[in-house]
Amino acid sequence: MSASAHARRDDGRPADYLSDTSVASWLLTTDHKRVGILYMLSVTLFFFVGGVIAGLMRLELMTPRGDVMSTPDAYNRMFTMHGVIMIFFFLVPAIPGVLGNFLLPLMIGARDLAFPKINLLSWYVYMIGGVMGVWILVYGGVDTGWTFYTPFSTMYSNTYVVTAAVAVFITGFSSILTGLNFIVTVHTMRAPGMTWFRLPLFVWSHYATALIMVLGTPVLAISVVLIGLERLFQFGIFDPKLGGDPILFQHLFWFYSHPAVYIMVLPGFAVISEIIPCFSRRPIFGYRFIAFASVAIAIFGFLVWGHHMFVSGQSMYAGAVFSILSFLVAIPSAIKVFNWTATLYKGSLRFDTPMLYAMGFMGLFTIGGLTGLMLASLAIDVHVHDTYFVVAHFHYIMVGGTTMAYLGGVHFWWPKITGRTYSELWGKLSALLVFVGFNLTFFPQFLLGYLGMPRRYFEYRPEFQVLNVMSTAGASILAVGFVLPLFYLLLSLRKAPDAGPNPWGATGLEWQVESPPTTHNFHEPVLVTCGPYMYSPEEAEREYASQHVHTA
Amino acid sequence: MWDFPLFPSQASTNAPRLDALMLFEVGVLIFFSLLIGVLVVGFGIRFRRGNAVDRSNPPTHSQSMEVVWIVIPMILSILMYAWSTQLFFDLYEAPADAAQVDVVGKQWMWYLQHPQGRSETNELHVPLGRPVKLNMTSQDVIHSFFIPAFRIKQDVLPGRYTSLWFQPSKVGVYDLFCTEYCGTNHSNMIGKVYVMEPADYEAWLSEKGVGPSQAEEGERLFVQHHCAGCHRGSQTVHAPKLEGVYGKPVPIQDGKDVRFVTADDRYIRDSILLPQGEVVAGYEPIMPSFKDQINEPDLLKIIAYIKSIANRETSQ
Repeated sequence: MSASAHARRDDGRPADYLSDTSVASWLLTTDHKRVGILYMLSVTLFFFVGGVIAGLMRLELMTPRGDVMSTPDAYNRMFTMHGVIMIFFFLVPAIPGVLGNFLLPLMIGARDLAFPKINLLSWYVYMIGGVMGVWILVYGGVDTGWTFYTPFSTMYSNTYVVTAAVAVFITGFSSILTGLNFIVTVHTMRAPGMTWFRLPLFVWSHYATALIMVLGTPVLAISVVLIGLERLFQFGIFDPKLGGDPILFQHLFWFYSHPAVYIMVLPGFAVISEIIPCFSRRPIFGYRFIAFASVAIAIFGFLVWGHHMFVSGQSMYAGAVFSILSFLVAIPSAIKVFNWTATLYKGSLRFDTPMLYAMGFMGLFTIGGLTGLMLASLAIDVHVHDTYFVVAHFHYIMVGGTTMAYLGGVHFWWPKITGRTYSELWGKLSALLVFVGFNLTFFPQFLLGYLGMPRRYFEYRPEFQVLNVMSTAGASILAVGFVLPLFYLLLSLRKAPDAGPNPWGATGLEWQVESPPTTHNFHEPVLVTCGPYMYSPEEAEREYASQHVHTA
Repeated sequence: MWDFPLFPSQASTNAPRLDALMLFEVGVLIFFSLLIGVLVVGFGIRFRRGNAVDRSNPPTHSQSMEVVWIVIPMILSILMYAWSTQLFFDLYEAPADAAQVDVVGKQWMWYLQHPQGRSETNELHVPLGRPVKLNMTSQDVIHSFFIPAFRIKQDVLPGRYTSLWFQPSKVGVYDLFCTEYCGTNHSNMIGKVYVMEPADYEAWLSEKGVGPSQAEEGERLFVQHHCAGCHRGSQTVHAPKLEGVYGKPVPIQDGKDVRFVTADDRYIRDSILLPQGEVVAGYEPIMPSFKDQINEPDLLKIIAYIKSIANRETSQ
């Protein structure tokens, strides 16, 4: 196979990017599509590692007493590792690393990203961090929570805090490299005619994400370095016993970690903005508002970190300022949801698997966003801060939002990435199971939170049990929904490529080349002459009607 | 099986006010979720492929619609913001007549000290209908003091005091949780709050006999740690008198300038632990630090003593 890899096919077309199968060709590739595949394999692995840990936690929480895990320490390490793995090794790299790397150059008519070697380097850097993360998990874990709050993390925890800090520090650089690459690529490598307002919204969202990655991640690096310095050399930065200030850490940490929420969710918006017009067969509503909303979120996202600290002991005036800014950052998100909804009006709607995921996203993200307004309300946050209400809220954004969007995107571009179609029936079933399982898992947690059940509790009051059992039951449905795609997507690879260049009849440049694309993406220079999403619902109806007349 | 609670009990004056705001915001949530849900499902049915409806000229933008769905959420946001910030500011400032209970958190228990002298662990007894202010600190990591039935919570920090106040409105026993993850037994750092009729509370306070009050204990410690040797008039050492100091501005030498600092709990605490930090103008920085020599509960007792002599005239 590898001998003929560089040969042309019988029909004279150049070989696609997957045809060279040697290990070296994968590990040394600088092809953005192959780097995307490397990311896909690794984030999938980390997602299931984090998912198994989540399953164990839900099992433990079936009963008020600690009985599944032997000690509270075991549980504390579980929730920490779940958070660290899911955030740093799945959510942050998932959509940009997999779909962004694969699609961004194709969408703007470029040969590759601006710095292909740096792109490969970002994956290696990410994997070094990831392997350290798994090493920590195997050798005993970390018990600080993914937030590493001081002085617990620097002076009291007896676990591998410094190793975890180094892993997070290293992984951060992969984000920075990816962000840098995206920014330079969008600025310098757009095809002739691909003006800023002809960019697909996928590119706009990734551009905004890249800005946050480059500006925010260094602050995370600084915070974890300071943790290492205090833990190893008693520098006295955060622990008051050494003359430090524990709140300082929270400011530094959330200065990155709140914008990081947008690193995780903006790429989700990117995917949804592509799926909805395609399956509605009409131009997206309010293109410029959606594009600018992404940039607005990237900017305002840096000004709201203090809303994680309303009860931390910061000044009440600081709280009041962060509260109003948090309300305002919700507006661009609302703009997007309304525009997507308006895009359905007068469309010609098909409900294929990606569209089901996108519609699920809209519902769950709306609930996640509106509960965010409750958390931005100072007095309500005082009550629900650090309870299951917060846990439910950010899972609605991170799972109901980002993960649904990621799965929707994988289903949408799977025919492009692999050249294969998958079973629509199983696809729709998985989308349905994820939606139902997700709500059953996390909706009861809103009620638990308002009742007062604190998060990160190994044991809890017996009156909270019924809702916890519901949540665990939902988690088992959710797990099936997540495992199903693994099977039918992998099974689709056994077939010969059957998708054709454009199975959805979509308008993006990525759909104008073969599936899977050739190594060089485009065969001739690309010239862009119109904006994205030039769909026509009436055209779609005519096509549909003519097919049905023929088959009838 | 189905008799589990869905809503926490309301046992403080803050609880019903907060719940009213919460219900309003739940209403906003339901309205917008239904709006989006109905539109998505409605458009999904009406504009499904093959359904013969008018699809001519689908709109691609509309300035006026964008304005509508920016301005309406903005107005609602500002309303929710004003309402919740009002409640939050009320929660922040304790009424002047609130009784103070000192709280020390440590891995993994709560220590609570009443001014009348009685102290307790993982339990807090308070009288019905009277405002209580908690003055809190931690001996090790960050904890957080949370009483769901009162809808209040405040992080408890090492090295400084934070406070929280409430006015119980219903007799009963309520949960107390630590809500800032603090290590192994975080989920066991829990307790109960007992809201009692004022008469029962008085009886409870003297149940174990009337001992020394917190301030009297503090005075004993003040002598024991040799604070009195200098601060009560010494022939050899020139140290400021502490009568009448608490709550008043104190002149601090700051290089060549003098600035004023209010002698509150924080100032007294720092003066004991970090005496070189803020030296009163006209005095030499000769006081030794008592860092690591006095534990948090004892510090609070000494502060209570210094507070108790706030209205006394300086003896000289």
